[in-house]
Amino acid sequence: MSAFLEILGQEPYWSFVRIGLFLVGIASFVGANAAYLVWVERKTAAYVQRRPGPMEVGYQGLLQPIADAFKLFAKQVLVPPGADAILFRLAPVLIMTSAMLSFVAIPYGTYLSPTNIDLGLLAVFAFASINVMALMLGAWASRNKFAIISSARVVSQNIAYEIPMLLTIVTIVMMSGSMNLGEIVTKQGGWFWHWNLFQLQHNPLMPLSFLTFYICMLAETNRAPFDMAESESELVAGAFTEYAGMSFGVFFMAEYANIVIGCSLATVLFLGGWNTGLGSLFSSAPAWAGSLIGLAAFFAKLYALIFTVIWIRWTFPRTQFYGLLNLSWKILIPVSLVTLWVTSFLLKVI
Amino acid sequence: MLLTKEQALARSTHSVGGPNETFVLNLGPQHPATHGVLRVKLTMDGEFIQRAEPVCGYIHRMHEKMGENRNYSQFLPNTSRLDYLSAMQYTHAWVGVVEKACKIEVPERAEYIRVITSELNRIASHLVGWGAWVMDLGGFTPILYAFDDREKILDLLEGICGARLTFCYYRFGGVVNDVDAAFLQGTKDFVPYMRERMKMYKKLVTGNIILRKRIEGIGMISQDMCRRYGACGPVLRGSGIQHDVRRAEPYSIYHKFDYEIPVYHECDSMARYLVRMDEIEQSLRIIEQALATFPEGPFVNPKVPKFVKVPAGDYTYATEAARGRFMVRLVADGSDTPYRVKLRTPCLANLSLFEEACAGMLLPDALAFMGSLDLVIPDIDR
Amino acid sequence: MSSSPTAEQLHAEFAALYPPAPVAEKPAPAPEPAPVAPAATPDASGAPVAPAPKPAAPKAPVGPILQTEPPFGATAVDFAARGFHLDLSIPAADVVSVAERLYRHEFSLDTMTGVDWMKLNQMEVVYDFVHFTTNLHVVVRCRVPRDNPELATISSVFQGALWHERETHDFFGIRFLGHPNLVPFLLPEDATYHPLRKDFAGASD
Repeated sequence: MSAFLEILGQEPYWSFVRIGLFLVGIASFVGANAAYLVWVERKTAAYVQRRPGPMEVGYQGLLQPIADAFKLFAKQVLVPPGADAILFRLAPVLIMTSAMLSFVAIPYGTYLSPTNIDLGLLAVFAFASINVMALMLGAWASRNKFAIISSARVVSQNIAYEIPMLLTIVTIVMMSGSMNLGEIVTKQGGWFWHWNLFQLQHNPLMPLSFLTFYICMLAETNRAPFDMAESESELVAGAFTEYAGMSFGVFFMAEYANIVIGCSLATVLFLGGWNTGLGSLFSSAPAWAGSLIGLAAFFAKLYALIFTVIWIRWTFPRTQFYGLLNLSWKILIPVSLVTLWVTSFLLKVI
Repeated sequence: MLLTKEQALARSTHSVGGPNETFVLNLGPQHPATHGVLRVKLTMDGEFIQRAEPVCGYIHRMHEKMGENRNYSQFLPNTSRLDYLSAMQYTHAWVGVVEKACKIEVPERAEYIRVITSELNRIASHLVGWGAWVMDLGGFTPILYAFDDREKILDLLEGICGARLTFCYYRFGGVVNDVDAAFLQGTKDFVPYMRERMKMYKKLVTGNIILRKRIEGIGMISQDMCRRYGACGPVLRGSGIQHDVRRAEPYSIYHKFDYEIPVYHECDSMARYLVRMDEIEQSLRIIEQALATFPEGPFVNPKVPKFVKVPAGDYTYATEAARGRFMVRLVADGSDTPYRVKLRTPCLANLSLFEEACAGMLLPDALAFMGSLDLVIPDIDR
Repeated sequence: MSSSPTAEQLHAEFAALYPPAPVAEKPAPAPEPAPVAPAATPDASGAPVAPAPKPAAPKAPVGPILQTEPPFGATAVDFAARGFHLDLSIPAADVVSVAERLYRHEFSLDTMTGVDWMKLNQMEVVYDFVHFTTNLHVVVRCRVPRDNPELATISSVFQGALWHERETHDFFGIRFLGHPNLVPFLLPEDATYHPLRKDFAGASD
């Protein structure tokens, strides 16, 4: 047994084991996270709307997500007549896979990253863009007019918002000189003014870049006020109109997984990742404690961002679709181009 | 910018697939934005609407036939089930037409009670219309705030007439129950409370840039269009026509109060939005004045017979309901049942211009526009 | 012609077009005066216009109204008693021209409906027009034979009539010639019955 473990501990086996462990961890994290983000969302919405929210199942409705999961699992997955059954069933799988894979490159701590890919940033974006394809596939395959309108919207929306998002990220990459997410975080160590968000000497428009990234993240994850994919009360339930039971549940989970990815990226790229931002306050702590503190810092930032995402959803009405595209093409892309120019200019000169 | 139908259609044919590649989209009768069972048959060119044809009748109950089969008092509850959100004004029209035909005197106190309850009902109705509309636009929170306020009104009205939605409070010659001190005090407290809330709504919703972008310049209705379709209520006043039945064909004791008729000239959905918001304030003003001069006396004319017989003839009586002009045309033959009852409902007139107004519009804009008409489907289908 | 006429001007204009002669010719004591409230003397403020041909008959019996035609032509009506200002009874052939005239006066089509006068073997079509600035309420009515109720559509003038005419067709079976889409509006799309006809006995399906 111990010999077997020793073999596993050696390269190249260790990498596989590590990825396997992380996949299991991520799968359970994504599942539990989605379930309880729904609870958080419902509670936040209830708080915003001055009502109690879920109260019946468990203390403060804490078991509600589990009850919901049972309900969704118990429902039949109906394939509407005339739909492309294969693509229709494939879409939820695809969307979940891409969401899971995106987690692979995100570092949660110095030692807590599934794989240390040099092109981690690129990998996340590559996987994240499959998300759109899966939505389009599901919408198209379900042979519903509302879903098809929604799929057309989703594609144009995602194309529009990936451009400013990537342009903003290029500024970060230029500042960090790396596309390795772990390295980007390490560079932001020390005090909180070392975080990319406050690197005003390289890019005086950094807060604006962060805002651009955040808006794009909202749009990419199809969250209100940019929830064109779902846009209930316009397109019934948009891409998900024909989905029932757990296939809808998977879309739902993937939405929350994507929010987590988006906010994690924002944390990593702008807010110093696992760095506490308090200088060398915890540097004397043992390695395991340091990891835990880092993880706590990461999650604190992550959930603060997620909370703002939820908060925005329950405050604003939905944008008009052309307003959404105008925002991207006429405002966000010029702004992110300007920040890119300013950053490259300052980096070269200084 | 007001587009003619031809211009709007010309604009909508900029499609990649050519003008003939359209599809039919059935919006409703179970669509979340149609709030009830309205169905709109949309001929779509991509997301542009080429033709929108509302299909009505899914909740048709033939109230007009029912009117011919029951006596005058028995028909009274029917009138509160047309536009269930402004039942008070609807029952007012029915008792009004019978009182006018039979020359029934209404005591002053009863008229005051009617005005106060009608205006409370108008506020409640506007709150629902507002909340539901913002919900259509994707803002989920305001409707719960609106329902919170509406709850206060419904509690007050429940206290005096027992119903919370389909009020049947008015009777020929007065009202069924007298109001108590609790109601008067509650209403008195409600006025400043609602004013505070309106300030909050203004900050939270009216000023919101996303909302304004969604409804400004959307759903233009010209004055000529209003005339051709008989538009009424806030739709009319949002198009710059200062017409309110309370002023135009004064009924009850509305002439005693000092209030304004809000009017906006932009002709768009935002104008209709602002008209409704201002009307809440004006209703509060009327309530305030009515409470200040609230008279003592009987709440119902005791000489009204139990079975009313209306002298032969035809009579009309219009009230300004929350959604616009509600008119009853009564043809009486002198017996105790009406010979013919025609219910002219505001939503039908307001929806009838939908087809012309939304040609060439984008689907989400059309839904924002539909919200601005503040439709109650049972009111259309009757 | 001003676009915002007063009640008097409007009455004069239509009285010239449709002189209410037939009423005057009829013997006075007859119970004809038709759909008019018996005690409707023009005492209250309303439309203090031309003397309305309304002999104040005592309690009208149930019968007369069902058997008489309304006075032909323009009749000023006491608003306070009946809720409108001008009652205009015209031949069915003239609806479109009257609608156009009212449209030029900036009237709005409020509603329209039918009344089944079975004993007279007639169908009455009633149009309500409202003016948004002068607040005048004009009622236009015309009678068509009950066996063959046909009438020109006014939807070319007032598009709001498209739906009102469909509804009237649903309920009374009155056909509006020239209506582009006279299919059931509120009734089921395959409905062949007309529930507001007085001899309607119930739909079979």
